Amino acid sequence: MTRFLRENAALVAVAIAGIALLIGLPLVLDLYTLLQVTLYVIYAILALSLAFIWGYGGILCFGHSVFFGLGAYGYAVSVINMGDSTLPFLIAIALPAVLAAALGYFMFYARISDVYVGVITLTVTLIFYNVVNSTAGPQYHIGEALLGGFNGMPNVPSLNIPFQPDNTLEPAGMFVLCMALLLIVYFGLHILLRTRFGRVLVAVRENEQRVEFLGYDSRLHKLIAFSIGGAIAGLAGCLFTAWGNFVSPTAFSVVQSAQIIIWLMVGGAGTLLGPVIGAVAISWLTVQIGTQQTVNANVVLGGILLVFVLLVPKGVAPMVTERLVPWFVSLRRPAASPRNVAGESKA
Amino acid sequence: MDLAVVVGIDFIYAVATLALISIGLAIVFGMMRIINLAHGEFMVMGSYSAAVAVHHHVNIWIAILIVPPVVVAAIGAIIERVIIRRLYGRMVETMLATWGLSLFVVGILTMVFGDITEGVPTPIGGITIGSYQASGYSLFVIAMSIVTIAGVYLVLRTSRLGLLARGTMQNAEMAAALGVDTSRIYAVTFAFGAALAGLAGGILAPVSGVFPNIGGSYIGRAFITVIGGGPAALVGTISASTLFGVINQLATFASNPVYGEVALLAAAIILIRLLPQGITGRYFRGSL
Amino acid sequence: MTPPLIETRGLVKHFGGVQAIRGVDFALAEGELRCLIGPNGAGKSTFFKLLTGQIKPTSGSVLFRGTDITALQAHEIARLGIGIKTQVPSVFNGLSVRDNLWIAAARHKEGKAITQAVEAQIERLMLGRVANSLTGQLAHGQRQRVELGLVLCGEPNLILLDEPAAGMTEEERGQTAELIREINREHPLIVVEHDMSFIRTIARRITVFNQGTILMEGDVDEVFSSEAVRDVYLGKKVAA
Repeated sequence: MTRFLRENAALVAVAIAGIALLIGLPLVLDLYTLLQVTLYVIYAILALSLAFIWGYGGILCFGHSVFFGLGAYGYAVSVINMGDSTLPFLIAIALPAVLAAALGYFMFYARISDVYVGVITLTVTLIFYNVVNSTAGPQYHIGEALLGGFNGMPNVPSLNIPFQPDNTLEPAGMFVLCMALLLIVYFGLHILLRTRFGRVLVAVRENEQRVEFLGYDSRLHKLIAFSIGGAIAGLAGCLFTAWGNFVSPTAFSVVQSAQIIIWLMVGGAGTLLGPVIGAVAISWLTVQIGTQQTVNANVVLGGILLVFVLLVPKGVAPMVTERLVPWFVSLRRPAASPRNVAGESKA
Repeated sequence: MDLAVVVGIDFIYAVATLALISIGLAIVFGMMRIINLAHGEFMVMGSYSAAVAVHHHVNIWIAILIVPPVVVAAIGAIIERVIIRRLYGRMVETMLATWGLSLFVVGILTMVFGDITEGVPTPIGGITIGSYQASGYSLFVIAMSIVTIAGVYLVLRTSRLGLLARGTMQNAEMAAALGVDTSRIYAVTFAFGAALAGLAGGILAPVSGVFPNIGGSYIGRAFITVIGGGPAALVGTISASTLFGVINQLATFASNPVYGEVALLAAAIILIRLLPQGITGRYFRGSL
Repeated sequence: MTPPLIETRGLVKHFGGVQAIRGVDFALAEGELRCLIGPNGAGKSTFFKLLTGQIKPTSGSVLFRGTDITALQAHEIARLGIGIKTQVPSVFNGLSVRDNLWIAAARHKEGKAITQAVEAQIERLMLGRVANSLTGQLAHGQRQRVELGLVLCGEPNLILLDEPAAGMTEEERGQTAELIREINREHPLIVVEHDMSFIRTIARRITVFNQGTILMEGDVDEVFSSEAVRDVYLGKKVAA
């Protein structure tokens, strides 16, 4: 037991802090702030999904908002039709996972190179954005759900206790759910990365050809990772819609994709905790900017992305390795050295 | 017959605008192997410079044909020096940095000009073809697109800069070994690409309207055309614009402009999957 | 009669208009150690890529123990036990030496057996002192050994070595030759090499490639005394 604690000091600290926040924040925060924090938590889940496929799988997804948007719209459309949110919650996760699998098959099995994966994912996002944006008017509906085009879909029902449509979640309950899901995703990914699948995935990022020479199907590993990332992004999209009872095409937008990448750049793409912190910090900053009129949020976001790309002189990819590796090595060593622990909590 | 002419003009216009918005990006991609995701905002800066010039009673032709390329070339030269130069040879980082730049520029434009649409008047009225009405400005855009492509061809083919640029494009190390100042070539190339973006922005300003976000509607089409076209900037742009422009227009006729654009993007994804090196990576190898 | 371990029949590979491999019939018996030599551009590397499934032949076939493997993917061929050490060390630079070997061993082992296989290779290849270092930070010779370890952890039925002594000092070359002979006690090998003195220390049979075909095949003395080989190989060398 003590050995487990020593080896996983950083993770245990995160778990304790996470559970403390989960219980404590609803008690100390006022309603408005709690709602705001819930949004940050949802964004943190979204950040984790890209952190997994980009930072660990080496898949340069420039259009991650497509999975977020599909989850958001998938939930909105199905919950409006069904009333009970139990199945829509699952649909919102499954739909992006299936899209990611199809897209992954299309790209990885043709052995498309990194940059072109970025280009294709970005283009797919543009397609979805264009299509959804153009669905204004009463003729565009799926069942009872009007898609609403650029106006978006208002009055989307909140999540309810499974199979009890009348028992919807209050803001405090929604916060607890989102926080719990964040912790589940965070620790789930940590566990996944320690399995053979996770370690081979990191090896694929390092040297895809060697992985093939060793007898692993790198395409399949990337496809599965991409689907998992899509599913988690879809989960975030679902929570986002349920949180605000509203979704609009901006969920699919290129700016939304850029934001997720900015969270990663700021927090450090090769870690899981870093992007969570990046998401919360940048979202908080965006809200602060929104409260004043002098500086435009795009200036700040764009500036941050520029600065982080330029000020990491060896480039984004090696930074990934440098931050990842101390952590990864610490998994294999009997005891985590203080530097590794510091590296993870700092990142 | 008249209808055929009008429809034909629509197709040629679709191809010509695609070529016009892509050529600057293609030059930079072909010679420097970087994708400038702020290309759309370079065009928007061109449009705004035209709008501001018109506002100050500059002659309309000077405002849309001279002012934008000069202004945007200058901005491009600065950006090359401050940002692009630090990232040569790192394609992904360059894309991310220029993506950040694109957001940054949108924000700045919103702060300076506000979130409203500026207008630039259309200097040519409609013309009549038989019983149909066609836009005279469309014909002008087509003509300017041809002139621009021809101009780029002449610059690459005949000027010393063009020769050096082609040399650098094919083998940067060799060019450097021969005493060619590659970083200066890159700087000039980037500014040239920016000038072409500015020119496209100026020419299209009267038809598209001018507002901070419009770059987003250009960049997708432009970079997909460039990547679909492959490394040879001119032939790639012309062939990919033709392919995508026709697909775009066919789908537009069959449904509406939104699905025209969707068809274009979908076609591009399939093309990239089939020919990851672009059309000129597979065919017309060694062309300009 | 048992079929050859690996065999190619009428193997042809075109790249555009270039015929890199034009009709290679090659066979390797179980337990053999074979050297491939030939001038640059003779098709040795292309031949290796065809054997490992990285590229597909224009025509002809590759057989492993009598089974046609021409259509298999690279990772499926690897699973049959064909391991390759490439010319430039192909390792996981961002992972520790131990993690590198773990990935290789975990493909066909479970639990404790993985760790045992990893530790055994670390000892065999004298990597103990750097086992927890990042592979990308090691010296070239050490990375070569890590790559060899990756191949050996897969417990291969056939090992392809592409220029294993390239860029090594005289002393390292001697050690490598010793290591290759030791590996050959358990595993059949095909070795591409340029260095004639190195080949003399390890080879029994040699296949000479020239212009995409097999020029000749024979034991060391036959090949080295052949006029034809001297012409294409050494002649080219002198010219270069």
